[in-house]
Amino acid sequence: MLHRLRRAQVLPHAVLVVGVLISMFPFYWSIVLATNTSRDVFRYPPRLLPGSHLVENVHHVLDNIDFFGSMLNTLIVAICTTALVLFFDSLAAFTFAKYDFPGRNVMFGLLMLIFMLPAQLSIIPQYLIMVKIGWVGTLQALVVPAAVNAFGIFWMRQYITRAFPDELLDAAKIDGAGFLRTYASVCLPMIRPGLAFLGIYTFIGSWNDYIWPLVVLNNPDKITLQVALAQLNLGAGGALTDYAMLMAGTLMAVTPLLIVFTLFARGFVADLAKGAVTG
Amino acid sequence: MTQHELAIAVAQPAEESPPRAGRRRLSSSAGRRRPAVLRYWPQYLAISPFYVLFAVFGLFPVLFSLYLSFHRWSGVGERKWVGLQQYRFLVKDHTFYLSLWNTLLIWGMSTLPMLFGALVLAAMLHSVARAKGLYRMAFFIPNVTSVVAMAILFRMLFSSNFGLINVVLHWLHLPTYAWTNTPWGIRISIASLMTWQWVGYNAIIYLAGLQTIPNHLYEAAQLDGAGPIRTFFSVTVPLLRPVILFTVVISTITGMQSFTEAQVMTGSNAAVNPNSGGPGQGGLTMVLYFYQQAFSYNDFGYGAAIAWGIFLIVGVFTVVNWRLVARKED
Repeated sequence: MLHRLRRAQVLPHAVLVVGVLISMFPFYWSIVLATNTSRDVFRYPPRLLPGSHLVENVHHVLDNIDFFGSMLNTLIVAICTTALVLFFDSLAAFTFAKYDFPGRNVMFGLLMLIFMLPAQLSIIPQYLIMVKIGWVGTLQALVVPAAVNAFGIFWMRQYITRAFPDELLDAAKIDGAGFLRTYASVCLPMIRPGLAFLGIYTFIGSWNDYIWPLVVLNNPDKITLQVALAQLNLGAGGALTDYAMLMAGTLMAVTPLLIVFTLFARGFVADLAKGAVTG
Repeated sequence: MTQHELAIAVAQPAEESPPRAGRRRLSSSAGRRRPAVLRYWPQYLAISPFYVLFAVFGLFPVLFSLYLSFHRWSGVGERKWVGLQQYRFLVKDHTFYLSLWNTLLIWGMSTLPMLFGALVLAAMLHSVARAKGLYRMAFFIPNVTSVVAMAILFRMLFSSNFGLINVVLHWLHLPTYAWTNTPWGIRISIASLMTWQWVGYNAIIYLAGLQTIPNHLYEAAQLDGAGPIRTFFSVTVPLLRPVILFTVVISTITGMQSFTEAQVMTGSNAAVNPNSGGPGQGGLTMVLYFYQQAFSYNDFGYGAAIAWGIFLIVGVFTVVNWRLVARKED
């Protein structure tokens, strides 16, 4: 293969391959640690190849935390949040993009202003609200505040403005379709790629969310994967720590999302970059 | 708000959709008599979920945190009005200044290598014809991986006793370092994690920027006899400048609010309080200090004051950055 590349291409590929190796190495190393015994972790020189103790380490993880329970919680939260965000954000975005109702620009300006507020300003009162309404330790405490967001509305509005021609709106009107009907049967089918992007984006964000679940989930039966992982890590402070078990837990927590990402996110990376550069 | 969201929002000034005379005519025949506000009730209903949720979980909390910052309160019992006392304490709080210092150090040590590495990777990516999509995907994977998981892994890589970094240093006959047991070591570990997670993302942003640079400029440089390095510094970097400056500002805003990396990496090292920032409190970032005061010590009044302090510092820092950037642009 190499002779077919022009000579000028050898150096860039060499640099890029080094970059890929650095990007991927931590994953390889977590596999190495998770498949060897915890005694091997301390061995010098260290083992550089995967071992055969994965199953035993996974068993230790399952003894220590309710891994599948917390994964189920994470899945429930991520799926509910994503579904709600897709519905509410696209509906609001469609309205902002295609209807010239009184006060539209003021409302949209307000939305952008809100978007710029940093999260830690509202965490304490949000927690106090959750205490007051008895949602501390429940999953709806994660889903409901995240059910609609300024970023998604902003992004979808840009998308719909470009992807959805005004003529279609007029055609729908002439056919006698009302607002909700137009949204559901004309707009939604047209913006599927945009929904896919926002969906993947929201799902990943929700799956990896940490500070808010850490604050609001105090019930050991109802924690998310990230919080469970942090607890596993916190419990691992002592001298006789089972580091192989800790790594197995880490590996188990990141693998599902990575599989989902590599399978479904072909255009996702390009979209994210395009959004950040072109206006 | 995450780095991605900020990047997209800053880069895309909201486009105004043009007023649509045609549709106006159509709808006015339907409800000529009704005032516009009533005629558009489905539209108002459609955008209302955001404003309702925001009022409850956004606006009220922000105002309430301002109110809380003038009180002493542990979440139970009476709230005690203390005026500006929390803020007076904040400006004299050595630990807060330490957390600011830590945050700035970690931000600097992660942002510089991250953006420089991203620039190099993007230039290389731009020049290859094959496998671009594959490289891009590989560089992006660290960014979608959970910070908690990767913080645990990086703590093990940097572990003073058995970490791979020290093993490799030993093999190379270089001095080893107590990364996880010293303030500087912990800062460098945190900065490394942030660099690793974000270098590929920034490279992809830069690549998208590079693709907007017209090819004939490169051809002209080549005709003038400029080598690849010369071309990189006199064509690529100047033309990419808006994108570079923009990533600097974005990294400032998000880097100044780092939390998870520090919280997890220092988490299991501190015997007394897991949120104290590790050895010498070297990993105590501003947001971690906020979290510690508010949720480890239940000092909601002081926590709220710290949150407003962070907000002000990040705001000032961003404006200063922006100004510096804008002046250099001329």
